[in-house]
Amino acid sequence: MAEAIIKIQGLKTQFGDQIIHQDLDLEVRRGEILGIVGGSGTGKSVLLRTIVGLNRPAAGRIEVFGEDLSKITPAERLALEQRWGVLFQDGALFSSLTVAQNIEVPMKEHLGMPPRLRDEIAALKIAMVGLPPEAGSKYPSELSGGMRKRAGLARSLALDPDLIFLDEPTAGLDPIGAANFDQLIRQLQENLGLTVFMVTHDLDSLHAICDRIAVLADKRVLVVGPMADMLRHEHPWLREYFHGPRARAAQPKLEGVGG
Amino acid sequence: MADGWLKLAGGEGGGVLLQAGGHWDARNVTHLDRQLRGLGPMDAAQPKSDLTLDLGQVERLDTAGAWLLYRTLKEFRDSGARAEYAGLSPAHAAMLEVVAANDQPCEIEPPRSWALITILDHLGRGVLDVAEEAKQQIAFLGLILATLAGTLRHPGRLRLVPLVYHMEKVGLNALPIVGLISFLIGVVLAYQGATQLQRFGAEIFVVNLIAVSVLREIAILLTAIVVAGRSGSAFTAEIGSMVVNEEVDAMRTLGLDPIEVLVLPRVLALVITLPLLAFFADMMGLFGGMLMCWGALDISPGLFLERLQGAISPWSFWVGMIKAPVFAFLIAMVGCLEGLRVTRSAESVGQQTTRSVVTGIFLVIVFDAVFSIFFATVGV
Repeated sequence: MAEAIIKIQGLKTQFGDQIIHQDLDLEVRRGEILGIVGGSGTGKSVLLRTIVGLNRPAAGRIEVFGEDLSKITPAERLALEQRWGVLFQDGALFSSLTVAQNIEVPMKEHLGMPPRLRDEIAALKIAMVGLPPEAGSKYPSELSGGMRKRAGLARSLALDPDLIFLDEPTAGLDPIGAANFDQLIRQLQENLGLTVFMVTHDLDSLHAICDRIAVLADKRVLVVGPMADMLRHEHPWLREYFHGPRARAAQPKLEGVGG
Repeated sequence: MADGWLKLAGGEGGGVLLQAGGHWDARNVTHLDRQLRGLGPMDAAQPKSDLTLDLGQVERLDTAGAWLLYRTLKEFRDSGARAEYAGLSPAHAAMLEVVAANDQPCEIEPPRSWALITILDHLGRGVLDVAEEAKQQIAFLGLILATLAGTLRHPGRLRLVPLVYHMEKVGLNALPIVGLISFLIGVVLAYQGATQLQRFGAEIFVVNLIAVSVLREIAILLTAIVVAGRSGSAFTAEIGSMVVNEEVDAMRTLGLDPIEVLVLPRVLALVITLPLLAFFADMMGLFGGMLMCWGALDISPGLFLERLQGAISPWSFWVGMIKAPVFAFLIAMVGCLEGLRVTRSAESVGQQTTRSVVTGIFLVIVFDAVFSIFFATVGV
């Protein structure tokens, strides 16, 4: 088994009196694509935001790359943050900068790269995420939703991270765009040896690219495993999710596995 | 943090052998880039030297590092030399392939045109924008008046609860700030006026100065400016965020008229409350002046009030008050119009809000000038 790149133990998060996670344990292994699913309001995005440090956990321990996030100094955290990339739902591009300038932001801020090299690497990332060269000089408002996500992905890859977090990468894309985006993620993951932590609702993505799936329910991770395990599991929510009418449409090749 | 390094060694047959090692990743590319650029394939001394890039000791290679190697190789090849990798591991070869497959130069910024042309372009667009804005405001004025006329024929359609709610927000809640500002201006006027008029021994005329300036101009103007900043902007932001949220479109599909539901209650609320606020500002301004006269000039409140009655006619008061509903209408109209002009981005809410305040204050002052000319002509 590959080493764990993210290790969460006994995590508890809450907003006011409302407890989102309680005793949540999860491990993400190096080089895998882990899909996080769960009903609305089960705290999938909150979990992502907690790991990258946008929320403070109330209790528990989160280790990323073997370092306990609650015990590191700000400088160590900064170094750590350069080793992961985050893609927010609608790309979260800076609207006053062009796509290429967006990708250059982390290179300029953290690595102080000279402008010519930045331009070259930005062009490379734009090509890697499948955007046409004209897209580089466009502003986010001039792009379609799918292109904004690709641009956001390019920015999250700007510093060649080992780990990327994706928040609903295919939400709001048409089925063809979503399938292409899935393939892009898989391809980048294989080429660059990335570890991918992906919050998603898209059953097609789960089937097509996720190595393992973690199901959030009852304030914790109910079960983690490959698709075949999900289809066999007896929990009512899982049965409904993975065997509902939409799920059946999404799993033609696996017919008969779950029954 | 591990370093990446580069060594230049003379290769066999006059070629160049470059040995790369360590971590060739995004964290190290800055100095590696400098070294590689210094190398330059166009070096006059070695016009077409062959290159061998030995990657045997590279421990870590990411796309940024691979790009540098690929770029160097390409530059040498483009100059007509032979260039090759050596000591490639399968993982490094794969990474170099990814980079080679994605070699696609792109533009970083949209092309810039000449400064003079840009300035003229901005100027032209600015003029057209002002014309367009004026047209929209007049059209919107018509729309509000038409809707108002419709409501007057069917008074049941007037939305009372929102009307009262907005009256509280723009009127009642503005009392402290409007009162405080007017009071302080009264104090300032009395003090400044007194120091000037004392030189002529005419300090008693401070009362005339305060009464005329506060009642005719200052109280209403200050109130209108405070309200434009406070409520005009709030109208724009409220309606604008509803536009962003598609609430206004939803209203239209449900057969509700946004002018009737959103605009009219706000306009009426301000038209009703701004005169009241202006009256309050009048009183506070006079009160501030009176206190200052008493404290600094020994003009007792009794004497002040007596002089006041001699100094002003009822028209001094009405000149100020007549302006209030007009200013209120302008502020509310601009606030609502700018709100409805928000496009579907959060950024435009901010832009339109700024615009609403600036336009609101500008129109208030323009109309104040128009009123001054008018009153001077009719002689009040």
